[in-house]
Amino acid sequence: MVELALPNNSQVTEGKVWPKPAGASRTREFKVYRWSPDDDANPRVDTYTIDLDDCGPMVLDALIKIKNEIDPTLTFRRSCREGICGSCAMNIDGTNTLACTRGIDDVKGEVRIYPLPHMPVVKDLVPDLTRFYAQHRSIEPWLKTETPEPRTEWRQSKEDREKIDGLYECILCACCSTSCPSYWWNGDRYLGPAILLQAYRWLIDSRDEATGERLDNLEDPFRLYRCHTIMNCAKACPKGLNPAKAIAEIKKLMVERRV
Amino acid sequence: MAGTPMKERPLSPHLQVYKPMLTMMMSIVHRITGAGLYFGMALFVWWLFAAAHSASYFDFVQGFIGSWFGRLVLLGFTWALVHHALGGLRHLVWDTGRGFDLKLIEVLAKANLIGSLALTLVIWIVAYAVR
Repeated sequence: MVELALPNNSQVTEGKVWPKPAGASRTREFKVYRWSPDDDANPRVDTYTIDLDDCGPMVLDALIKIKNEIDPTLTFRRSCREGICGSCAMNIDGTNTLACTRGIDDVKGEVRIYPLPHMPVVKDLVPDLTRFYAQHRSIEPWLKTETPEPRTEWRQSKEDREKIDGLYECILCACCSTSCPSYWWNGDRYLGPAILLQAYRWLIDSRDEATGERLDNLEDPFRLYRCHTIMNCAKACPKGLNPAKAIAEIKKLMVERRV
Repeated sequence: MAGTPMKERPLSPHLQVYKPMLTMMMSIVHRITGAGLYFGMALFVWWLFAAAHSASYFDFVQGFIGSWFGRLVLLGFTWALVHHALGGLRHLVWDTGRGFDLKLIEVLAKANLIGSLALTLVIWIVAYAVR
């Protein structure tokens, strides 16, 4: 359902302004979304000021600096710090991206940081991705075959292998799905761009033999067809992939199998 | 932690924080113009109904539509129709699996907007010229 406003318990309030670093010449303000399950307060936005001459270049560097030196209660996910694990996906400067690959210099003025949009918040910048993972499981993201397993590996031509370029690189960070207004309003029934890109990755894999069954599973007014080509997904993807195009290809497969 | 009721989690901000982008705006405008066309069609049917009803009633409806307010509504209807039609063409291209390049979607969005405004202007200039 389309609900433009946030529920009462989710309304964001003014938070704490933390002291500025002394003697810093080049500083930047970071406005960070905070919410803790341990008290009854609404979410708030805290302001931290960072000395850019004493901080790494990426937004994640600043978050780690805040946690290490200013406020150890700040909670966020991070791991690889090189854009391959997808843990530090969040909304930075109004768009979804990875904190580890977004440079502080890419943002003009204060750096506003929120959790991935329209998701239940576990704490601070950590969203609950349970449903997202359940949806991924629902498309059965593994090779399904009927022919007997070959003695060695499943063979694939160079051309067929190239068909999964632009798909296999997806790291399931959820930046695209949580940028999609259709997923905001219908995330309970619409699979969303990330999961549909994954679905297409298996549909187009020459080794997979469950294409018909996979398409049957997607043939649904909500699961697939809530995509209205809004294109937020492709613009958000930190890996430069194009979920909107993958979804269009699934829609084409749906038509092609009927004619 | 069994038995401990989990505290209700807040919903993270969405529209409130997401950066408005042309492509996203064009999507919602496509929907709004589409809905507007229902209203425009009702107006058109009203006009046809009046023509079939009687000369006096037709004069009344014609008078309303011909007023400055009526013309303003017609101008909006023209733009909504052209904008939605051009948007439909954009969707037709997408349905073939083409036009997804990130630079191209910006070009298509701008072309749709500028095209709809220009075509509306042309239609009205022609309409006034042949009147």
